[in-house]
Amino acid sequence: MSPLRRRLLFGIPLALAVAGGEAFYVILRRMQANNYDPHALPSPLLGKRPPSFSLPGIAGMQGFANTDLAAPPKPMLVNWFASWCVPCLQEAPMLAKLAAGGLTIWGIAYEDDPQALAQFLQQNGNPYQRLAADASGTTAINWGVYGVPETYFIDKTGIVRWRYAGALTDDVVARYLNPLLAKYS
Amino acid sequence: MIPELGHFALACAVALAFAQGVVGIFGPSLRDARALYATPLLALSHFTAIGLAFLALVWSGVVSDFTVENIADFSSSAVPLLYRITGVWGNHDGSILLWCLILSLCGAAVAVAGGGLPASLRARVLGVLGLVSGGFLLFTLTVSNPFTRIWPPPLEGAGINPILQDPGLAFHPPVLYTGYVGFSVAFAFAIAALIEGRIDAAWGRWVRPWALISWCFLTGGIALGSWWSYYTLGWGGYWFWDPVENAALLPWLTGTALLHCAIVVEKRESLKAWTVLLAIATFSLSLSGTFLVRSGILNSVHSFAAAPDQGLFILALLGLTIGGSLLLFAIRAPVLAATGIYAPISRESALVLNNVFLCAIAAVVFTGTLYPPFANLLFGIQLSVGAPFFNQTVLPLTAPIILAMGVGPMLPWKRADLLPALHRLWLAGAAALLVFAVLTASRHVIAALGLAGGAWVVISALIDLFRRRFSTLSRSALGAALGHIGFGVTVLGIAGMTLAVQKVVVLQPGQSTTLGGYTWTLQDIHDAPGPNYTQRVADIVLSEDGAPFLTLHPSRRFFAAQKVITNDAAIHTNGFQDIYAVFADEPATGGAELRLNRHPMAPEIWFGGLIMALGGFVSLSDRRLRVGAPARRRKPEGAVA
Repeated sequence: MSPLRRRLLFGIPLALAVAGGEAFYVILRRMQANNYDPHALPSPLLGKRPPSFSLPGIAGMQGFANTDLAAPPKPMLVNWFASWCVPCLQEAPMLAKLAAGGLTIWGIAYEDDPQALAQFLQQNGNPYQRLAADASGTTAINWGVYGVPETYFIDKTGIVRWRYAGALTDDVVARYLNPLLAKYS
Repeated sequence: MIPELGHFALACAVALAFAQGVVGIFGPSLRDARALYATPLLALSHFTAIGLAFLALVWSGVVSDFTVENIADFSSSAVPLLYRITGVWGNHDGSILLWCLILSLCGAAVAVAGGGLPASLRARVLGVLGLVSGGFLLFTLTVSNPFTRIWPPPLEGAGINPILQDPGLAFHPPVLYTGYVGFSVAFAFAIAALIEGRIDAAWGRWVRPWALISWCFLTGGIALGSWWSYYTLGWGGYWFWDPVENAALLPWLTGTALLHCAIVVEKRESLKAWTVLLAIATFSLSLSGTFLVRSGILNSVHSFAAAPDQGLFILALLGLTIGGSLLLFAIRAPVLAATGIYAPISRESALVLNNVFLCAIAAVVFTGTLYPPFANLLFGIQLSVGAPFFNQTVLPLTAPIILAMGVGPMLPWKRADLLPALHRLWLAGAAALLVFAVLTASRHVIAALGLAGGAWVVISALIDLFRRRFSTLSRSALGAALGHIGFGVTVLGIAGMTLAVQKVVVLQPGQSTTLGGYTWTLQDIHDAPGPNYTQRVADIVLSEDGAPFLTLHPSRRFFAAQKVITNDAAIHTNGFQDIYAVFADEPATGGAELRLNRHPMAPEIWFGGLIMALGGFVSLSDRRLRVGAPARRRKPEGAVA
C-alpha cells in the first residue's frame, strides 16, 4: 500500500467521527430551537381518511361520524381532549382564538364524564362546532391517539394531513398549522 | 457545611486533574524528572479529592439533607438506608460524579500499580487520563453540579423512583461504569503510544490486564442490568435492544475484539494500528454511550432527563476527546509497522476473524441505534428500529463467531492445519449435531441452532482444557477457556428462552389454570406491610400431577409518596428453569390478573455472564499478565523491590 493511501485509510475513522459529531451538533441545536423532536411518533393516519366510527354528541352538542369528515367545505381540525387533562386546559385559549379566527374545530371528548365536561366548557369556553364523546376509548385506539390533547388537520378531501400530540401553542400554530392552512385552503 | 466541602473538593479535583494532564503529557518531552515523579502524586491527590466530594454527597444522602437539590429530588427520609446511599448515583448528576470517581480511581490504579512501566509512558498515560477526567469534572462542576442547594428546603424529599429501589440497582451502575471507564486506561495507553510513536510486545502486555479487568466489569455490569430488568420490569424479557442497552453492548463488542487482538500484538507484534484503533473506539463508544443517552437524542426507556444545553457541553467534550485521539491516530498510526507474518490458517487469522465479526456486529448495532435520529435529521422521516432488525442481523453474524470459537484456541501460532484441530473437536461437533437433531424433530429451529451452538462452544472449550492437561495449564489459558465456556452457556440460555411459554389470565381465588405442564392455582390475595410501600400479595400454588410443589408470592407494591405501583415478580429457579409469576392487576370484576411464565434455561443467560467475568479474573491472576511483570525480565535478577 502506498504511503498516501495508507494515510488516507487511517484518516477514515476521523472523518466518520467528524461527520457523526456534526450530525449530533445539528440535532442538539435543533432540539434547543425546538424544531426537532426525537420522541415524535408518526401518525398512521397521515395521508389517509379517519377509520370508520360514529360517536354520539355530548353536553347537548351534535356528535359526528367519519362520513361527516369525508368532504368538509374547508380544512378543519379534529381535537381530542378531556376535562381531566391539564394540557387541554392550557390549550383552551389557543383553540378559542383559532375558532374566533374562523377555523372549524370539532372536538372528541376522550373517556370523559358529561357533567365534568359541561363544566369544563362553561369555564374555558367552547370552541367546538360539533362535539362527540368517545366514552369507551375504542375510536381513540383506531385513530392511534396516544394521549390527550391531540389535534388532527383534515383537508377539503377529508384526508388527514397533520397530527400534533400535545397542547397547541403559538409556536406550533405559527410553525405548522398556518403553513398547512395556507397550503390546503 | 458538608455539601460545601464536597463542592470545594470537586473544584480542587478539577484543578488537580488538569495539572495531572498538562504535567503528564508535556513533562516527558521536557525531560524533567520532577514532572515524571509528580504525575503519579497528582493522580493520587486528584482521586482523593473526588473521593471526598463523593463521600460528601453520600453523607448528604444518608442524613437526608434536603437543602441539597439532588437529595431533595431523588431521596426521602422514608427510604431505607441502602437506597439513600445508592440513590446518590440513581440520578443524572450523581451518576456523573460516580463516573468521574471511577475514572480517577483508574488513574490512581495506574499510578500505584504501574511502577514497572517506563516512567515517561506512565506519565503520559496518566496525563491523558487527567485531561479526560478534567474535562468531565469541569462539566460536573459547571452545568451538572450535584451539590446545588435549594432554599427553602422541603420538609421531605420527593423519594427515590420506586423501580430503582432494588438491590440490583445498587450494584449495576458502579459495576457497569467501572467497565466503561476502565477502558479509559487502554485508551490512555493507546494515546501515549501514539505520542511516543512506538508499540511493541511489551505494550501489548501492559495494556491487556487493564483491558481485561474493565471487560470483566463490563460483562458483569451488562449481565446485572439484564438480570435486573428481567426481574423488576415484570414481563420476563431480558434484553430489549434499547439504545441504552446497545450503548453498553457496543463497547463490550469492541472491547472483546480488543482483548483478542492485544494478544496478537503481545505474541506476534502484528495488528498494532488496529489494536490502537480498537482501544480508541472502545473508550469512545463508552463515552458516547454514557453521555449521548443523557442528551435526549436517543429515544430510550431509561429516563435520564437532561437538557440539550448540557448535551452541547458534552458533545464538545466528546469531540475533543474522540476527534483529538482519532486525529492523532490518523497522523501517527501509519508509521506503526507490523513485523509478524502469519499464514491464512493460524491462531492469528482466527483472532482476525473474531475481530472482523465482532466489529461487524458492532457496526450493525451502531447503525440500528443511530439510524432513527439520523434518518429524522436527513430525510425528515420518523421511525423506530426495534428487536426484529437486531435479531435478524446480529444472529447470523454470531454464528461464524460461535463456529470459530471452538476451533481458534486449537490452532497454533504462525501456521496451522485445520484438520487436526477439527479432528480433536469431533466430540463437540457430534454433540452439537445431536442436540440439533433432537430439537429440530420438535420443530424449534432457532432454539435448536442456538442450543447446538452453545453446546459446541462449551464442549470444545472443555476439550481444549483437557488437551492442555490441567497440571501444565497456565491461568490465562484457563481463563480464556472459562470465558468461552461462559459465552457458550449464555448462548444456551438465550436459545432456551426462545422455548419459553407465557399466559395472561384472570383468576378468582380458588381457581386454577394450566401452563407448561403445571397447574397454577390462585389460593389467596392479601395485604402485607412494607417499609415505604404497602403491598397486595397473591399466593399461587403450583402442582404437577396433582401434587403441589411450590408456592409463589408475586406482589403489587403501592408507593404512596410517588403514587406509583410496581409489580414485584416472584421467580423460582432450579438453575435450569425459571418459574416466573407477576401479579399484574386487580380487575374491577375481582380476582387477580396474573402473568405466568415458564422459562427454560433462563438462569444460564446470567450464569454464563458470571462465568465469562470469572474467566477474565482467572486470566488476570496469571503472573505473566500482572502489571509490572515485564519489568522483572528487563532488569537483572534481584533488582526488583
